[in-house]
Amino acid sequence: MDIPDGEKGFFTRTLRDFGMARSIIVCFLAFLLIQAFFLGLPMDQLLSSMLTRFGMNGILALAMIPTIQAGMGPNFALPLGIVCGLLGGTMAIEAGLRGWPSFLLALSLAVLLGGVAGWLYALLLNRIKGQEMTVGTYCGFSVVSLMCIFWTLAPYSEPEMIWAYGGTGLRNTISLAGWYEKILDNLWRVEVHGVVIPTGTLLCFLLACILMKAFLRSKTGIAMTAVGSNPRFAHAIGLRIDRYRTVASILSNALAAAGMLVYAQSFGFLQLYQAPLFMAFFAVASVLIGGASMNRITVANVLIGNFLFQSVLVVSMPVANLVFSDNMSEILRIVISNGIILYALTRKEARA
Amino acid sequence: MTGKTVLEMRGITKDYSGNRVLKNVSFAVEEGEIHSLIGENGAGKSTLMNILFGMPVIHESGGFKGEVILDGRAVSISTPKEAMNLGIGMVHQEFVLLPGFNVLENVKLNRESTKPNPISRIFWGFGKTGKKLETLDYPTMKRDVRAALSSLSTSIDEMTPVRDLPVGHMQFVEIARELDKSKVRLLVLDEPTAVLTESEAETLLAAMRGLAAKGIAILFISHRLGEVASVSEHVTVMRDGEVAGRLTRGELDAGSMAEMMVGRRLAASERPARREAAADVILKVENLSVRMPGENVSDVSLEVRRGEILGIAGLAGQGKLGIANGVMGLYPAQGSVRKDGRPVPLNDAASAMAARMALVSEDRRGLGLLLDQSVEDNVTVRAMQAQGGFLRSFMGFSFADSAAIRAHTKKMIEALDIRCTGPAQRVRRLSGGNQQKVCIAGALTLSPDLLFVSEPTRGIDIGARELVLELLRRLNFERGVTVVVTSSELAELRSTCDRIVVVYRGQVQGIVPWDVSNVELGLLMAGEKKKEAA
Repeated sequence: MDIPDGEKGFFTRTLRDFGMARSIIVCFLAFLLIQAFFLGLPMDQLLSSMLTRFGMNGILALAMIPTIQAGMGPNFALPLGIVCGLLGGTMAIEAGLRGWPSFLLALSLAVLLGGVAGWLYALLLNRIKGQEMTVGTYCGFSVVSLMCIFWTLAPYSEPEMIWAYGGTGLRNTISLAGWYEKILDNLWRVEVHGVVIPTGTLLCFLLACILMKAFLRSKTGIAMTAVGSNPRFAHAIGLRIDRYRTVASILSNALAAAGMLVYAQSFGFLQLYQAPLFMAFFAVASVLIGGASMNRITVANVLIGNFLFQSVLVVSMPVANLVFSDNMSEILRIVISNGIILYALTRKEARA
Repeated sequence: MTGKTVLEMRGITKDYSGNRVLKNVSFAVEEGEIHSLIGENGAGKSTLMNILFGMPVIHESGGFKGEVILDGRAVSISTPKEAMNLGIGMVHQEFVLLPGFNVLENVKLNRESTKPNPISRIFWGFGKTGKKLETLDYPTMKRDVRAALSSLSTSIDEMTPVRDLPVGHMQFVEIARELDKSKVRLLVLDEPTAVLTESEAETLLAAMRGLAAKGIAILFISHRLGEVASVSEHVTVMRDGEVAGRLTRGELDAGSMAEMMVGRRLAASERPARREAAADVILKVENLSVRMPGENVSDVSLEVRRGEILGIAGLAGQGKLGIANGVMGLYPAQGSVRKDGRPVPLNDAASAMAARMALVSEDRRGLGLLLDQSVEDNVTVRAMQAQGGFLRSFMGFSFADSAAIRAHTKKMIEALDIRCTGPAQRVRRLSGGNQQKVCIAGALTLSPDLLFVSEPTRGIDIGARELVLELLRRLNFERGVTVVVTSSELAELRSTCDRIVVVYRGQVQGIVPWDVSNVELGLLMAGEKKKEAA
């Protein structure tokens, strides 16, 4: 999209300001909602799911901001932070706590582990500048596989987490019922005309957005942005480039870890083993739909993108299942997320 | 010399987006002569050669006016390949060689002689496939390459890998490649001696004379006036996109060429009044060496006096830009730098700024600006990160003080007359001159007492140039900031500076007052003369 300033009509200008990809997705979402309505799907349930998914995926998408701003591209190594979240989550259960104490302990452990993982990951990234996206993708894949071994061997003993037949090794899916299931969703939960608003989760996401916004205007945040938009400029004004890349990596992975727990409490389960494998792609795709590029992103991009991407998934699932066949939604999800990443990678701005 | 004209370029005029870079340039090259083209950087030599070779940059920017006449016929050359087919060969300043390939392969690459073999015969009917599968005909190729090399009177072994050759010989390989292309009538050598030592250059010049004697016309571009005087039949001097003069053998001496090149003697009235600089030294640089690609500095010592405007002049690639970059810690440097008598650690941009020095970089877009960020961010980010300015503390964290940033930027926009829609406009959308002012504003926000400004008017249209220079003079006069201007534009150094340091081959060739004669300045820049004075 290369439309110069001050040319073309109102429509073209609006399209440019809003972005081609976003416009298409908005039209698609509107189309899906109309279809859903005429197919007689329960609209209140759809809206509830849209809100819930918006809240539960928000922080994972927000984790893209630090690395993109620091010039390392979207954090494709998101599974690294995510497994830290899972570790925190399982360790809190293992500790025998329930409810808020359990969730808060999980959250603190997750952020701590995520930060350490981010720091280690930064040591790697600072040696391979320019290839962060490829290396990150494989780093994410590797860590998921490595953790598969961990989940089977780790000495957890809580009966609700290990396989039903005993021994060692965690289950594929651990139910959080009785631990901290929907602990944020149900905080100040409101129901309006059958639409459930998960106030706690939404507030938690919004608070994270506000903190992120504040961070971006802090001295460190501004330095990080300078490093990302022009490393040579940053060097010339005496900034230590590797330091700010490390900060970005730590922040991103700590956010991913916390984001995973927010996701899990709303979902009701901790999914181990292969589950985190592709989660980075969905987060990347959602911020890209929101108008971020490989080197520029704002909190608004995250909010818009996360809403559009999750909503399309929520609405397309029942619509596609009715119109086409089962499993269509999963295919759609992969097509959309990978398609939008491909689109963003080929855009001119991404290569600049 | 037969007196037959091989190439004539007639009335060449070229604009780059309204900026006239060539004005009605004409010259002719005869068969078997060495014709030299000289001029300062930016005089229009490269644009002229780009036109001759039909480089895409010319067509993309709207073509040119005038005629190119080859062997008496007007030709239109729209691609480098066409130029090659017309018998024009070009040897670039930088080597275009594959180091791991041997001499023969470098010369013959993609023009190999081949002979059929059984497999290629099978594929005979499949268009070019058959030809592509033929066996390389080494004996023929060896013969060709030997012939090309011997016409240069060198005895390089054609099977040696290029990486094992001395630099001087690499240049021969480049020329041999051009000669080997059938029927080369005209050979353009763009500063071929720039990377050579004196004795290597001597050999090359001898080879050029030999080629000319065989009837090949040579267009020689060089900054080394001594070489030009020794080999040329004719010399065309360019200045500011125009032909400033033509000289023939007999009237060639370095002095007159230098004067023509530099031209425009500035009248005393054009130069604004300057106040006297104090006697004390604000910056003392000793034995500074800087590793900056293409602008290496080796062993420079100089003193900057408090309150003066010092100019650093020199041709491209001689290292004048490396000095400021080295002192400011942007490129690896060695030596000693003392500011106000206190040593400044090198290779550390933060301590250079802490010593109240600031740099407006020559690489404005690459190193001087955050193009996708706002004017206010660009103006204040240096001071914020280096000195902790424009910050507000909140719960132990430092946040940007938006109100202070906005107020300061507005003041700067007004003071420097930056034309923008407001402090929040993205810098990418500003014109070159206004971007430069944003850079200067950013440097000034550090409140330095020593400001380095490199190529202050590069890429800025003519109208805005004087404004930028005036701004520097005013800073110096009103705020007492000591300024070090590095520039390729002698006129602007003369109109702005008190003293001019001439850098040649990474060293100080001479330090002269601003009103030194053009001849002397030209000779110093060309490395023909050494002077330690002023």
